[in-house]
Formats: sequence, C-alpha cells, structure tokens
Amino acid sequence: MHEASLAGGVLQLVDDCAQREGFARVLELRLEVGQLAGVDVAALRFALDCIAPGTRLEDARIELVETPGQAWCLGCNSRVPIAQRGDPCPACSSYLLEPTGGMELRVLDLQVSDD
Amino acid sequence: MCVVCGCSQTQRNRAPAHPSRPQGQASPERLLAQAATPASDDAAAPETGPRIDPRSGDLDYGAGAARVSVPGLSQARAIKLEHDILGANDRIAAQNRAHFAAHGVLALNLVSSPGSGKTTLLCATIEALRRRHPALPVAVIEGDQQTAFDAERIRATGAPAIQINTGKGCHLDAPMVAAAFAQLHRHEPEQAHGHSHSHEHEQAHGHSHEQGSGAHGHDHAPAPGHDHAAPSLLFIENVGNLVCPALWDLGERAKVAILSVTEGEDKPLKYPDMFAAARLMILNKIDLLPHVQFDVARCIELARRVNPGIEVLQVSASTGAGLDDWLHWLEHELGHDHDHGHSHDHGAGHSHATEQALRARVAQLEAELAQLRQTVAAPG
Repeated sequence: MHEASLAGGVLQLVDDCAQREGFARVLELRLEVGQLAGVDVAALRFALDCIAPGTRLEDARIELVETPGQAWCLGCNSRVPIAQRGDPCPACSSYLLEPTGGMELRVLDLQVSDD
Repeated sequence: MCVVCGCSQTQRNRAPAHPSRPQGQASPERLLAQAATPASDDAAAPETGPRIDPRSGDLDYGAGAARVSVPGLSQARAIKLEHDILGANDRIAAQNRAHFAAHGVLALNLVSSPGSGKTTLLCATIEALRRRHPALPVAVIEGDQQTAFDAERIRATGAPAIQINTGKGCHLDAPMVAAAFAQLHRHEPEQAHGHSHSHEHEQAHGHSHEQGSGAHGHDHAPAPGHDHAAPSLLFIENVGNLVCPALWDLGERAKVAILSVTEGEDKPLKYPDMFAAARLMILNKIDLLPHVQFDVARCIELARRVNPGIEVLQVSASTGAGLDDWLHWLEHELGHDHDHGHSHDHGAGHSHATEQALRARVAQLEAELAQLRQTVAAPG
C-alpha cells in the first residue's frame, strides 16, 4: 500500500523540520489530503499510527483535512465540485472535466514541543 | 525564521514584525520570571528561554533553538510547513527529467496490472525498432518485487536492462530510477546514450563536474554551441500495479498505461488515478478479442471519462498487429516524424481527443453566439 510510503514521507518531513527548528516531539500534526489525491485517508491514518512509536510522532494528535475535489468543466465552462474522477459534471453531465483542486497531499502545520 | 508567522529575523536585536508587542518580545512579568530562573554560569543558550549574559544580566531571546520568545508558548509552539508529502520524490524526479532532456533521452513510464503483456510488448518493440531504426539506442529499467526475469528477457533481445527489486515496495520511485540510470550508464555507456560519454567528451561540451546532481554528477546549464545529444529511448517498466505508481513521478516524459483485453473494459473507471495520469493507453492482446467479452468502444469511452485527452492504441504484442502505430507514436515523441509527410504544429501534451473536444465546444459557442446576435438584432 502506498500509504505506508506516504507515512514515511510525512515522518521524513517532520524530522527534517526538527533539524531546522530544533524541537523534540510533535503534539499535533495537520495534513491536507485532497479528495482527488489518490490517497485513502483511513489507510494513511493507520499507516501513521503504525510508524509513530519511537519517533517524534509518538502520541501526536493527527488531523487529516480533506479538501474537496474541483474541476473545470469544458462542457459548461464553469468550475464544479467533483468527488472522484470519472464522475460527470453536476451541472451539465459532461465528462469533459479537468481537475483543478483537491489534488493536494501535504503537511500543513505542526504543534511541537521542545521537550 | 520566526516560528509564529515565518518572518525572518536577520538581526537579533530588531523587533520582529508582530502586531501588538513593543520592543520587548515578552511581558515584563515574563521577563522577570525567566530572569529569576537560575541560568547556568556560562553563557550558553539553554534549550528554552533567553540566553543570559552573566556579566551584564542581558537577556537574549534571539539565541538558542527557538530564536524568539512567544508568550504562553514556551513549551509548545506552532510551525507552519505546507510541504508536499511527495516533495522529496518530486524534486528528484525533476532532476531526472532535466537529466533526460539534456541527454536526449525519451523516458517512458510503462504502467499496468501484472500480466498485461508489458515485457512481451517491450521485447517486440525493441526488435521492431532495431529493424526500423538500427542506430537508435534503447534501454530498459525493470521494476518488480523480486527476480530478474524481466531484465533477462530484455537483455536477450540485445538491449541493456537494469532490474530494480523493490522488495516489499509496490512502486518505483524517482531515487530508484536515478540510481538505475546511473547503473545503465556505467554498464553500457555506448548503448545507453548513443555517443561516447568519457570525461574528455564531457569537458569538451563545457559541463561542470559537481558531484551529486543527477546520475552523471554534472549540472545541466546549456553550454554554448553544444548540440543536443543523439536521441535515445528509455523504457521504465514499473511494478505491475494499477494503483500506487500513479502518484510517483519518476521524471518520465509520459506514462503509458497498458491494458490487456483479458482484463475487462471497466478498468479505466475502476482505477481512475492511473488512467488520468497516463498520456497513452495501449490496449494489448487484441488478437484475443474473438475469445473474450471485451467492449473496446466502452473501454475507450470510460478512459476518456477520467482523462478526456488520453490517446489510445490497439496492439497485439504477440502477432504484431498495431505495432506500426505504436512505433509511429514513439517516432513522433522522438521527433523522427519528418519522413512521414506530417505537418503537425503543436506543443507538448497536445492530443487529438482534447482538440476535438475543444473544437466541438467552440462550434457550440459559435452557434449560441449567432443565435444571440439574431435576437439582439431583431428586438420585439
């Protein structure tokens, strides 16, 4: 499952940040996961829970912010919400959709402790 | 960098750009409380709190790890990051991409389920390319959890191949491809690049030799008077998996999704991320169409739902049907299409499907506009 690789990526980001900012552990971590990012939120949470023990993420409160999917519809020339790829435009039912939002996969911010 | 708002503090004594706090970064009560805390005799900054000068008693909040004092947040603090989780991979993918471009390498990322016929298609492609373009170097990077079977099959055709075993991993990533490409260069310098790549040659082209950037350890600022390297083809056969590789940029020019007719026509909708990420879908094993229930038109329709601009080719790697079209597509990407009498004039990423969709929409809008004009011209 690639969510395990992604969890590793999150931990790497946290450790790199700790090197720069000098903190000991993470109290809270906020991640942004777009609806169209191709990531299963539950699997990512599970993967993070699995790798956390013994790391700066141990016992951290992890918040996964899901951002809605968005696309530009060439059929009706408007920006529309879409929950997943392959859905038709909710306004005009066209499939000529170009995703424009909800594809993010990033660490937003952390609350850290120096001890 | 200030941990509250990210502003940078270049001088320790300058007040940061925070609202509602005068020169002192903390309230007087807090300063007193911290000054009252016994500091160590030497002037080394403690982990938290200010550095206290033992001679003068001066308090320096700019020293130490936190570099600023934020009232009420000495133990816990907020750090704004906004970093892409795939940032590290994407940085290396960008390096790979620049490296390939600088060396005339057309890199294609072949993705599919296990058993779609990627390796058989590659072997047939290598042989066909050798007949049509004997001077074109072709190399392959193979990805599988275990075994070197695929790399061995490729090597048997005479093309160089490097096998990456991912172990428990389910996809190739950019660092793996960078490492494999470096191995290709080390083992088959002539074939992988189509021209000798000794250091004398590199120096003649004005490359600098900083280690660590890209597989060859040199940067890619364009050297004046330097001709582009002769074109070569690099196929990256990803781990058989229609889910995970979609997220991992390897630095390729395009992803090519291979779907065989024994897999069912609904796969593009079931695995939308992969087909959305691919520029070309190759329907393979079309020789088996008489024996399976596979609706080609519906498959293409579903693929276009998740990716309106996706191109489609139908081939049979085993009989050779449709292979000419695939070679034509490759030649087009390599820029070899001058002998086909085409007068294409389009930029990268163009596809007929997108153009058709846009033309249809323009026609629709023109019709509406004509109607509106009529209405305005003849009121009442």
